[in-house]
Amino acid sequence: MTFGAVTVDLPLIWATIIGIAVVMYVVMDGFDLGLGILFPFADNEGERDQMMATIKMFWDGNETWLIMGGVGLLVAFPRAYAILMPALYIPVIVMLLGLIFRGVAFEFRSISRSKKQWNLAFAAGSTVAALSQGVILGGLIQGIRVANGEFAGGTFDWATPFAIVCGLGVIAGYALLGSTWLIMKAEGPVAQRAQTHARKALLLVLFFMGAVSLWTPLTIPRIADRWFSLPNFFYLWPVPVVTAIVAFIVWRAIERGRDSTPFLAAIGLFLLGFLGLVISWFPYLVPPNLTIWDTAAVPASQIFMLVGTLVLLPITLGYTALTYWLFRGKVKEGEGYH
Amino acid sequence: MDFDPVLLARIQFAFTISFHIIFPSFTIGLSAYIATLEIMWSITGRDHYKRISAFWTRIFAVSFAMGVVSGLVLSYELGTNWSRFSAAFGNIIGPLAGYEVLAAFFLEATFLGILLFGRDRVPRWLHVFSACAVAVGTATSAFWILSANSFMHTPAGYVMKNGVAEPTDWWAIVFNPSFPYRFTHMLNAAYLTGGFVVLAVGARYLLAGRHVAEARTMLRMAIGLLVILAPLQLFLGDQHGLNTLKHQPIKVAAMEAHWDGSKPGDFHIFAWPDAKGERNLFAISIPHGSSLILTHKWDGLFPGLKSVPPSDRPPLVSVFFAFRIMIGIGFLMIAAALVGAFLWWRGRLFDTRWYLRIVAQCWWIGFVAVISGWLVTESGRQPWIVQGLMRTADATSPVLGSAVAVTLVLFVLVYGIVFSAGIYYINRLLAKGLDVAGQDEPGPKGGRPFAAAELAGREALGGRSP
Repeated sequence: MTFGAVTVDLPLIWATIIGIAVVMYVVMDGFDLGLGILFPFADNEGERDQMMATIKMFWDGNETWLIMGGVGLLVAFPRAYAILMPALYIPVIVMLLGLIFRGVAFEFRSISRSKKQWNLAFAAGSTVAALSQGVILGGLIQGIRVANGEFAGGTFDWATPFAIVCGLGVIAGYALLGSTWLIMKAEGPVAQRAQTHARKALLLVLFFMGAVSLWTPLTIPRIADRWFSLPNFFYLWPVPVVTAIVAFIVWRAIERGRDSTPFLAAIGLFLLGFLGLVISWFPYLVPPNLTIWDTAAVPASQIFMLVGTLVLLPITLGYTALTYWLFRGKVKEGEGYH
Repeated sequence: MDFDPVLLARIQFAFTISFHIIFPSFTIGLSAYIATLEIMWSITGRDHYKRISAFWTRIFAVSFAMGVVSGLVLSYELGTNWSRFSAAFGNIIGPLAGYEVLAAFFLEATFLGILLFGRDRVPRWLHVFSACAVAVGTATSAFWILSANSFMHTPAGYVMKNGVAEPTDWWAIVFNPSFPYRFTHMLNAAYLTGGFVVLAVGARYLLAGRHVAEARTMLRMAIGLLVILAPLQLFLGDQHGLNTLKHQPIKVAAMEAHWDGSKPGDFHIFAWPDAKGERNLFAISIPHGSSLILTHKWDGLFPGLKSVPPSDRPPLVSVFFAFRIMIGIGFLMIAAALVGAFLWWRGRLFDTRWYLRIVAQCWWIGFVAVISGWLVTESGRQPWIVQGLMRTADATSPVLGSAVAVTLVLFVLVYGIVFSAGIYYINRLLAKGLDVAGQDEPGPKGGRPFAAAELAGREALGGRSP
């Protein structure tokens, strides 16, 4: 698309917007899914009430970013959407079912007399959703078989050891975000226990990040080429180094009992992981064949939607920030859902 | 075992979207009601309204949560089950669905947090504003989704290139020929649905002698709304039907079970459309009824089912009967609203127990009417997914029928559990009633007799504040 002397690469803009939506989703729903993953380790119902109270006003908005990501893909890259969804049929639907259980668990648990089954729904739903998201990521990294512009693989192509490792990695990552969130937002025993959980989760995250970082270049030549060919390597070597430094910052902040640094640094760790994926991936949307330009919607559709997005996305980000500010501060012991 | 992927994908989508539509059709109306209560609270300053609002907000929260999670499924199901449709029409359906997410859902989800949990945290005006933002957001959601859906019935403003639709005129796409009719009809249906739930709950409390003051307010507000909207729906529905006759005559022929377009159409009160024999069995009919309704002429003609080959006809039994259920409920709604208004006028609304007993049982009628209406319009479009452009059978994903079958079973199980629990908990909230803590009415220990007298005076004057 050209305006006078300026050429605008619409698919690139849209890839950036969807990238932002995915990052927003992973970070924000990451911590509240992480709370679900940590739910079984809470000591009593009072603690679980307190945990839920820290996210009660956020989870709904957080989950909306997932819809934004899915619909954004349909809007801007309909052909990619039409290939990826059938290819990842089972993990996508299992993720949705997991999200249903944990989503309704918020309200149902607070009304229900016996909380047990909704504790289970919340914990299992969150964990299954996190696992599925990791499997979807793994399935994408592995690549998807395409013929004649359609998905041409089998129902279980995604089901590999690598995808499972990615799934476990995402569970660990969300547990890290969830526990550092609790360090920041909760008081009393819940916050104390979160420190122990955060340390363990951090070690697991580093293990899985390392595993994926070694596994992908060893088995996928295009990714090895991207990272280790010259001159790319000269530009890219700081990425793992900075990741290591940020991981150290998370660890030290937990050790020193800081309130918000562990959470913010954990977000930094996620952003670096995402950057690593983008480097390995770009410009493919359906690896290893189709790029963002191959699968883009026609310019008329991308522009129509871009107008609204450029107006509403900043506003949305603005009052998302406002909501977090309004509900700032710690949730005390004994504070419940309603 | 062989599975038909098209049929299974259709059943799965019909199941998940029918489940979903229950919640928006309730929450669109309810959010508007809550916003009205919040505004009245801020104008009058009476905590009476705040209490009613807080009570319904709690029920709204449960319904909204179920609407969110079941809606999330749909935004991905278009790809998992209908990828060829998404690839062919993504350029058009995508942005419309995208605007739904952007303009409306973000509004709802973010202001919902303030509405549900922010009463003590934010200034009063911001809380009232959030209630309004949620109400506007839900209606805006409906606007865009109905635009996308209407395009599938009456496509406009596009051009087909190599089997892919490309937009040429967004105004024509968004305001495609059936959209204004479908949107107003559905939005009004949502307000009616919410209105009948409020009416039923108010009647239930009044019969039980609980929360009498609040129940009376609920009843008055509900009937005031319904007496206008229920008759209006008859008009909107009629207009929508005429629009359908213009653009999708075969759907109308199926609704009326009208076979031969060279003869005037009877209105069949009951019949069993026999698709194979191309006739109606056991018909009880009003002669020339359909001709009068659709053409406003005694001998008016409109196309019959026989004007297209059997492969281009929609399933008859479901369309025919769903249409009759919807219309039957529509007239029931008008009757309930008019009788209620009459009793109110005569000053007997709150002690006519037979009326209260009936409307207390009518909470579900809006939901059934909405689902029936959607069944008519969606089944009636078959065998097309996009009228005249793409057949449903060509729109599915390249996935195995068995995978669709397994996920369908999972959906049925999960929705079964979640849905039953949701209904159960909403009933619990209704049984629990309004929060009595912090009432502005004096408790049994007395307190402020003057305020009590003032309150009684206001009630006597019909709830108006000085």
